[in-house]
Amino acid sequence: MIKEALDIQKIRKDFPILQRQVNGKPLVYLDNAATSQTPQQVIDVIVEYYQRYNANIHRGVHTLSQEATDAYEAARKKIQTHFNIAKAHEVILTSGTTHSINLVANGFTAFVKEGDEILVSAMEHHSNIVPWQMLCERTGGVLKVIPMDLNGELVMEEYHKLLSDRTKLVFCNHVSNALGTINPIKEIIDAAHRMGAAVLIDGAQAAPHIKADMQDLDVDFYTVSAHKICGPTGVGMLYGKEEWLNKLPPYQGGGEMIAEVTFEKTTYADLPHKFEAGTPNICGGIAFGAALDYMNSIGFAALAHYEEELLKYATEQLLDIVGLKIYGTSENKTSVISFNIEGIHPYDIGTILDKLGIAVRTGHHCAQPIMDFYGIPGTVRASFSFYNTKDEVDVLVEGVKKARNMLL
Amino acid sequence: MTIAEIQEEIVDEFSMFDDWMQRYEYMIELGKSLPLIEDQYKTEDNIIKGCQSKVWVHAELDQDKLVFTADSDAIITKGIIAILIRAFSNQRPQDIIDANTEFIDEIGLKEHLSPTRANGLVSMIKQLKLYAVAYQTQLN
Repeated sequence: MIKEALDIQKIRKDFPILQRQVNGKPLVYLDNAATSQTPQQVIDVIVEYYQRYNANIHRGVHTLSQEATDAYEAARKKIQTHFNIAKAHEVILTSGTTHSINLVANGFTAFVKEGDEILVSAMEHHSNIVPWQMLCERTGGVLKVIPMDLNGELVMEEYHKLLSDRTKLVFCNHVSNALGTINPIKEIIDAAHRMGAAVLIDGAQAAPHIKADMQDLDVDFYTVSAHKICGPTGVGMLYGKEEWLNKLPPYQGGGEMIAEVTFEKTTYADLPHKFEAGTPNICGGIAFGAALDYMNSIGFAALAHYEEELLKYATEQLLDIVGLKIYGTSENKTSVISFNIEGIHPYDIGTILDKLGIAVRTGHHCAQPIMDFYGIPGTVRASFSFYNTKDEVDVLVEGVKKARNMLL
Repeated sequence: MTIAEIQEEIVDEFSMFDDWMQRYEYMIELGKSLPLIEDQYKTEDNIIKGCQSKVWVHAELDQDKLVFTADSDAIITKGIIAILIRAFSNQRPQDIIDANTEFIDEIGLKEHLSPTRANGLVSMIKQLKLYAVAYQTQLN
């Protein structure tokens, strides 16, 4: 059974926060889609950095600076290997997905003309909609939406119809944060390329569950936030194909991104430094690499298999509760369950669950268009990680039942 | 009863409960008994900004006293409004303006709400007082 595949009790010991109590109850952390917890192995790397070799990188000749630079660049190589990226300088370290997307959207100002079209999927996070709206306002471009159906899946026939020679860029998440749907990104990428459009895939929600292969996907841009995959907050990746990154103008001016500066003209540094102005989140970058090491030591095949079992178990148990409806019922989904109980506001359920020590997300999950689509104010979202257990699913189910009895 | 007397009564009631689950159960009961706002007043204008769930409040004068009715799409939020309305409804606007709101801290409501809900609570109190200021001006 699944317990043989992963030693969950051993894994749980890696996460000190899981020993915590909340409101006098053992913490049941089911808000992993918002942020994942950090294992001791990654915490140790962060502590060691500040205890032993905290220094600015790429500029000092002294030993500490050299050690920090080596560790930071080693992390970039780990990220490159993990996502099977052709060249290390195609990995841009950013503050996270939002920063990565804004960097691309800003750069595309140079390529989008009036009447050109940007396609975004109907199941995007706000951070994925707003930068494209701003791009369209700047350029006169037109934002078009790839619709979704009631299962929470993109309507692919409509996508193919929307694609035309006016399409400049297609933007879609790999996995929906609100619903957990895994989108058919290979099909999306290939079809867009046939029309000469570039594709940016937001991998924030996919990265904890799926090891994406950049060369196999042939995607133009892909974004990841470290804090969703057992790393720290404030650091993430923008993958971009070399040809695109060379074409895009720099996003921010500052130190590190220059080759030569006079008051008349500045020439920009080569990739990746052209997009890494200022002192980066050095410790964060190094810890990002350590987080990938940790995840790979468990193995993505094993954790995905285990999470699938958890999802199946939790779905069955929750659907036994009268009046409970799950939003996002695609066959292809990650371990995320967005739900409501008829006649009860999601905030009320979340409030009671918190009192029971259970952390879930309630609200619109920064994806208001999805909530409007279903005509609901929001949902309760439980998102499971490989360190969660069936026992915790049982605690959740009992908690939801208790909340239902209190609230109805 | 004066606002202060009602507040004292609420504090007494809440002190009877041993744990927060019971207090929530009580708030939910209060929410169910809230004097509901008439549908015609459930307008965008009457929605209190700063609440994560929807909250409508309507105020009207009954002679020299201000009467509040309200509703919310979330039941615990309704319970919180019910407590506030019990304390402030059917009072003279000037008394509402002058009333202190320490009883909220005494029943520990704020610290047991999530930050978003606590902000909503502050917005609600502010809104009730704003109504009082508006109607006081009318009475003058």
